[in-house]
Amino acid sequence: TEVGSAFHSWGALYENTRLPAVNVLSKDVTYICPFVGALRGILTVTNYRLFFRCINREPAFLLDLPLGVISKVDKIGGASSRGDVSYGLVCKDMRNLRFVYKPPEDSLQKSAFDVLTKFAFPNSNNLPLFAFEYDQVFPENGWKVYDALAEYKRQGLPNESWRISKVNDHYELCDSYPASLVVPVTITDEELRRVAAFRAKGRIPVLSWIHPESQAAVVRSSQPMSGVSGKRCKEDEKLLQAIMDANAQSHKLFIFDARPSVNAAANKMKGGGCESEDAYQNAELVFLDIHNIHVMRESLRKLREVVYPNIEDSHWLSNLESTHWLEHIKLILAGALRMADKVESGRTSVVVHCSDGWDRTAQLTSLTMIMLDAHYRTVTGFQTLIDKEWVSFGHRFQQRVGHGDQNHTDADRSPIFLQFIDCVWQMTQQFPAAFEFNEYFLITVLDHLYSCLFGTFLCNSEQQRVREELSKRTVSLWSLVNSQLEEFVNPLYVHYSSHVLLPSVSIRHLQLWLTYYIRWNPRMRPQEPVHQRYKELLAKRAELQKRVEELQRDVANRASVSSERAGSPTRSITPVQTFV
Amino acid sequence: MLSLGSGGAKSTKPSFVSYVTPEEIKSEKEPQKKERHPNLLPGEVVFCSTNPILKYTQDDISQRGIFGTLLCTNFRVSFISDETPQEEPTQHFKNKLYGENDIPLMCVDCLYGVYDEKKKLITGGMLKNKYPSKMIIHCKDLRVFQFCLTFTKEEEAKKIFQGIVHHCLEPKSLKCVFAFSYANTKGPEMQRTQRTLMFDSQEDWSQEMKRTKGNCRIVTENQNFELSERLPKYFIIPAAVSDDDLSKFPGKGLPIWCWSHHSGCALFKASSLPVTQEDGVAQAWMERMLHAVAQTHLYSVKIEDLLETLPNIQDIQQSYTKFKQFFLIDNSTDFWMSDVKWFSSLENTGWLDIIRQCLQKAVEVVECLEKENTNVLITEEEGSDLCCVISSLVQIMMDPHCRTLTGFQNLVQKEWVAGCHAFLDRCNHLHQKDKECQSPVFLLFLECVWQLVQQHSPAFQFSETYLTVLSDSIHVPAFGTFLFNSAFQRESCLKATLQHSQRGPLSWPAVWDWSMQFDCKAQELFINPLYAEKLKQEKVLRKVPRIKHQRQLSLPSSAFKTPPKKGFFKDEAESLKKMLRVKRFSRWMVPPDSPAVATRQFYEAWQQKPLDYHGLLLPCLDGPAMRLWMQRYLRWTPEAQILGGGSVAITSKLAELLGEVRALQRELAQKGWWDSMGEGHHRPQTMSLALVRTSLRLSSYFPFAASRNWSFKPVIPTGLLQSLMVTDKLASQEDETNEVISLV
Repeated sequence: TEVGSAFHSWGALYENTRLPAVNVLSKDVTYICPFVGALRGILTVTNYRLFFRCINREPAFLLDLPLGVISKVDKIGGASSRGDVSYGLVCKDMRNLRFVYKPPEDSLQKSAFDVLTKFAFPNSNNLPLFAFEYDQVFPENGWKVYDALAEYKRQGLPNESWRISKVNDHYELCDSYPASLVVPVTITDEELRRVAAFRAKGRIPVLSWIHPESQAAVVRSSQPMSGVSGKRCKEDEKLLQAIMDANAQSHKLFIFDARPSVNAAANKMKGGGCESEDAYQNAELVFLDIHNIHVMRESLRKLREVVYPNIEDSHWLSNLESTHWLEHIKLILAGALRMADKVESGRTSVVVHCSDGWDRTAQLTSLTMIMLDAHYRTVTGFQTLIDKEWVSFGHRFQQRVGHGDQNHTDADRSPIFLQFIDCVWQMTQQFPAAFEFNEYFLITVLDHLYSCLFGTFLCNSEQQRVREELSKRTVSLWSLVNSQLEEFVNPLYVHYSSHVLLPSVSIRHLQLWLTYYIRWNPRMRPQEPVHQRYKELLAKRAELQKRVEELQRDVANRASVSSERAGSPTRSITPVQTFV
Repeated sequence: MLSLGSGGAKSTKPSFVSYVTPEEIKSEKEPQKKERHPNLLPGEVVFCSTNPILKYTQDDISQRGIFGTLLCTNFRVSFISDETPQEEPTQHFKNKLYGENDIPLMCVDCLYGVYDEKKKLITGGMLKNKYPSKMIIHCKDLRVFQFCLTFTKEEEAKKIFQGIVHHCLEPKSLKCVFAFSYANTKGPEMQRTQRTLMFDSQEDWSQEMKRTKGNCRIVTENQNFELSERLPKYFIIPAAVSDDDLSKFPGKGLPIWCWSHHSGCALFKASSLPVTQEDGVAQAWMERMLHAVAQTHLYSVKIEDLLETLPNIQDIQQSYTKFKQFFLIDNSTDFWMSDVKWFSSLENTGWLDIIRQCLQKAVEVVECLEKENTNVLITEEEGSDLCCVISSLVQIMMDPHCRTLTGFQNLVQKEWVAGCHAFLDRCNHLHQKDKECQSPVFLLFLECVWQLVQQHSPAFQFSETYLTVLSDSIHVPAFGTFLFNSAFQRESCLKATLQHSQRGPLSWPAVWDWSMQFDCKAQELFINPLYAEKLKQEKVLRKVPRIKHQRQLSLPSSAFKTPPKKGFFKDEAESLKKMLRVKRFSRWMVPPDSPAVATRQFYEAWQQKPLDYHGLLLPCLDGPAMRLWMQRYLRWTPEAQILGGGSVAITSKLAELLGEVRALQRELAQKGWWDSMGEGHHRPQTMSLALVRTSLRLSSYFPFAASRNWSFKPVIPTGLLQSLMVTDKLASQEDETNEVISLV
C-alpha cells in the first residue's frame, strides 16, 4: 500500500526477531519521498535497521530497511535558518533516501542519525556485523544445504577419470578455493602444486560440472601466468590434456577466456595472459568479451541515474541503452550459452577463466550449469549452486559488496553477483515453467546480499568463513527460505529432468528487471502477477478435490445405512462457485 | 540501421548452397515438370505459375532452399514445394485459407528485386522488363520470403515476376479484390456469426444503448444515406438535437454517440465542421450541438480536438513505416547488426510513443467520464480515425463487456466498421499511387489494446494470439469486414453487384466468423486461460453506484454544475459562446505538460484501490511499461525464437489446471448435489494436456511458425565485439586494485 522497502511488506519475516540492543528514536523527522512528497514521522534506528513511520496519513507510510543496504550517509546542509539538517542515504538497492531533521537543543542527546552513521558501517567502527548477533531459530538449517562431497556424488564423482583431491584441505594450495577439488585422476597432487604456481592466485583448473552422459566437463580456473615472454608450464599443459582425455567423446578442448582479447593481452604485461594454442594442443581459445568489474559498476551507476527516482518516459529506451546494462547481461548470457552449446551439442569439455577466476568465471560456470542441469533450477539446487560456484569458490562477496564498510568509493565494489541473478531472472522470463523458485526468491536473495542479517554472503573465501565459524555464529539465508518455502515456489514449475535451456541472448528478449530495479516507483508495482491467479487455481483444485472425497465418503456411508428412507440430500454444504 | 543490401556490401554473408546443383535440376526436374496447385478456394483463379523456383529457407543461415512452384492467383502468391509435404503432427494452428507459404495479395507490403547483388525496391510500372535474380517479398504480417529466379527459364521467370508485380503493386479496382469472387461463390446462405452485433440495424443500436443505459436518440433518417455517406445507416445522437439541425450540415459536425457511462454522462465523437469566424449560422449550429451534448448529463461537456494533441495519420504512417523495418529481417547478419542499437532504434521510430499518447488521451477522457461525470465530445477532421481509437480505448478501459471476445468484436464493429473508418484507404488495399490516405490506424488501436492486455491479462477474455490473428486478418482479402471505407460504400457495392449477379445478393463473410480461418481447436487459443470470469453472484452484489445528482436534462443556469477542473466547460452560456469563437473548438486546454501529471495522479489513485478486473482498468503509461508486441513482430524471425520457452509453457500449464478443476466440478455435479453448475459452462475448452507435453518442442512464438522445423541449436550472436565498445579507461583497468583483505 505504501511506498517503501520490500522488507516491511514481509513483516512476518522479522516480527519474531529478537529486540535489538540498540534502539534510538527521533521524532519529527521528515522523509522527502520522491514519489509522495514530504512526510513527517518518527525515525527509529536499531543496530540492524532503520524504521520510519508516518502516522498522520492514510494508509500509514512505513519505511523499513536494514542498515546494511546503506552504502553512504551524506550530511547535507545544517545552515538552514530553522537549523534543519538534511541526511541523504545512498543505498545499494538502487534507492536514495533523504531525510530532514531538526536536531534537539540538547546536543548531548543522541539522534537517530548519529546512531545510524555508526551502525550502518560496523566494520569501520569496530562493531560486529548484525549477522553475528542475529539468533533467530528456524526449523530448517540452511548451512546443511550444501555439502561439497554430496554434490559431487550427485554428479557421479569421483569416477574413473576424476578424483576428489585433498590437496587444498588446509587451503595451502589456494587460499580462495574450497577444500575439496575435483581433478583428473592422472594428475598428482604434486603436479597440482606446480600448476598452482602457474595459475593466478593458485586457482588451478578444477571441475565444476560433468555431463552425466557425454562426460564433457565444465572446468574453471584463473588465467595462466604466461606473461609477455609466453612462459609455459608442462604440468598445466598436462592437466588440460588430461581434462580433454577424461572425455572420450571429444578430441578437442575449448578454453573460454571471459575477457575481451585486448584485456587478456594487456594482462600479459602484468605477468598474466591466456593460453597459447601452440602450447595447448587441440585446445581452441575463445574470448567472450565480458568487461571487468569497473565497467560493470559504472554501468549500474548509470542505470540508477536512469531509473531513480524519475524516469524520462519518452527517452526511456535510449536512456536504458546508454547504460549498457542489458548489453553486459547479453554478453554474459551469450558466453554461458556458447559454453553450454559446446558441452551439450559438441560433447566437448570447456575450461573457463577470466583474470582471477572469481567474478566473470563464477557467472559463466553457474549460468552454464543452470542451462545444462535442471537440478540447479530447483530451490535447493540453486542454493547449492550459489554455495558452490560463488561462496566456496571464493567470489569476494565482502569486497564486492563492502559489507559494513564506509568506504563507498572502494574500487573493489562491483555488482557481479547482482548481474548473475539478473541473468537468472532473464532466463526465468524466457522459460517461465522451468524454474522451481519465483521472482520473489531472487529478490529476497539480493536483498539479503546487502542486509547483513545472514552469514551466507559474508567473507571472501571458504577459508575465511571457516575461520570466522560462520556456520556456528550466523544463520544461513537458506534457513529462512527453506522454512517458508511456499513463499518462494513458482506454482508454474514443471520438472523436466533432462531439459537443456538455450535462452535467446538477443537484446530483443532481454528486459530490464522492473520489479527489482524500479520497485521503489509505486506506479511500476505489478498489480497481480500470473502466479497469483495460478495459486488461486491450485487452491480451487485442492478445495474441489476435498469435496469430491467428502462426497464419496458420504455416498459410501449412506449406502451402508440407507435402508430406511431415501431422504432428500442434505444441502448443508454451500455450493461450490462455478467459475474458477 | 539495418543494412538493406542483401549481399552487395558485405562479404560476410554466407554464400548460397543448395541441396542440388543447378545441373542436377536441369536433368532431374525437366522431364517430370509438374506444376502443383494449391487447394484453390471457391472463386480462386490461377493467373500464372512457374516451376522451378527456389525458395530460400529463412531459418537457415546457410541460405539453402527448396525447389517448387511459385504461382499467383487472384487471392494469393503461393509457393508449393516439390518435396512431398511432411505432415506435421503437432500443428495446432493452421489457417484454413492460406498456409505458411501463401501470401494473400493484400498482405504483400513491399517487393524487392536483387539485381547484380543490389537490392532495389520494386514499384509498380518500373523495372518490369528486367527481372531480378532474387525476389524478396516483405509481408504486412511481417513474414519475409526470398525467391531465387536464376534456376528458372528466362521467360517463365519474367512471367511470374511481372505477374506478381502486377497483382501486388499495381492499382486495381475494388471489384477485383478476391472477396468479390469469393462471396459470389459462397452464396447467400453463408453463415453469419450470430454472436457479434453488426450494427447495421436499428435493433443492434438500441440494444447497445439499452445495455449502457444511454438516453440518446436513434437516427433512422440515414437509412438510405440521405443525410451523409460518411455516417452509418443508423446512429445515435444527443436527444436534444432537433430534426432541423440534424440535416443542416450533411453529416459534418454531428455529435455521434459512442457510449454512456453509468452515471449518465456519455462519450460522443464528431467530425469537425470547417467554421470560419464569420459564419454565424455554422457557429450558432455548433453551439446548439454542444448544448445538446451538454444536456445529456448535468449540463457539462468537455471538447477535445484530437488533432491538437495527437499525431495525425501521416505521422502514424511514417512512424510505423520506420518501425516495421526493424522486424523485416532478411538474414542473420542483419538481425545481429540491429541488435546493437535496438532500444534507441525502436525509440527513434516514435511508434511506442504514439501508442502511449493514444492511451494517455484515452485515460484523460476516462477521467472526465469517471471522475467528473462530464460528457465528452472528441473531434477530428473526419471523425473516423483517432476518434475511433480513443473512443474504443475508453470503452475497453471502462466497460468490462468490451473485454470479452464478443464484446470486443461488437466494439470493433460499432466504432470501426459501422463507424466508417476508411479501411480501404487506410490499408491501401487497392495499391493506390497516392499514399496520402494510407495509415495503420486500426493496427495502432490493436497495439494499444495489446498494451492493456499485457498489463492486465486477467481482465481480458481474449488472448494476445487473438489480437495478432486479428491484425493479420486485416490483410486477408476474403472478408468484407475491413474492405470498405464506409457503410455507404459497402451498400453501393452490394447494389452494383446485385444487378449483374444471378446468384442473389452478395454476402461477404465477416472476419468474426473465425471458423472460416481456424478450426475449433485452434480457436481455443483465442481465449485467455487467465481470464477472471465474472461470477453471477458478484453481479448482484455489485450494484452500480448511483451518483447523487439527479439527472435533470435542463437545469436552470444557476444550478449548473461547475466542474472543478481547468479546461472544462464553464457553466455560463457566456463562456460557451466565447469558447466557440476559438478557432476549431479547443486549444484552451491545459498547458502541454500537465495532462500527463493529472492522469498520473488519476492512475495512482486508481492503483491504490483494490484491483477489480470487472471494473475500471487503467494502463500504466510510464516509459518502461510500454512494451513491444513481441508475438506479432518477432514471431517469424528464427533468431528470435526461444526454443522450448515463452508463454506457451504458462498457457499450457494453466489450461491443464483449468481442465482438472472443471473435471472435478463435473464430478461433483454428477454426484447430484449441485445442480447450480449449469450455465456458464459453455466457455470454450482450452488447450489440453497434449500441449503441455509438447511445449518443450515448441518455440516461444507458438502458435505461430509452429510448423517450422526449428533446429534446436542455440542462436549464437555474431559480431558481439561491435556491440559494446566501452572506450573509457575503466575497461582497461585491472580487476583488483588493491589486495587489502578486509575481514568481517
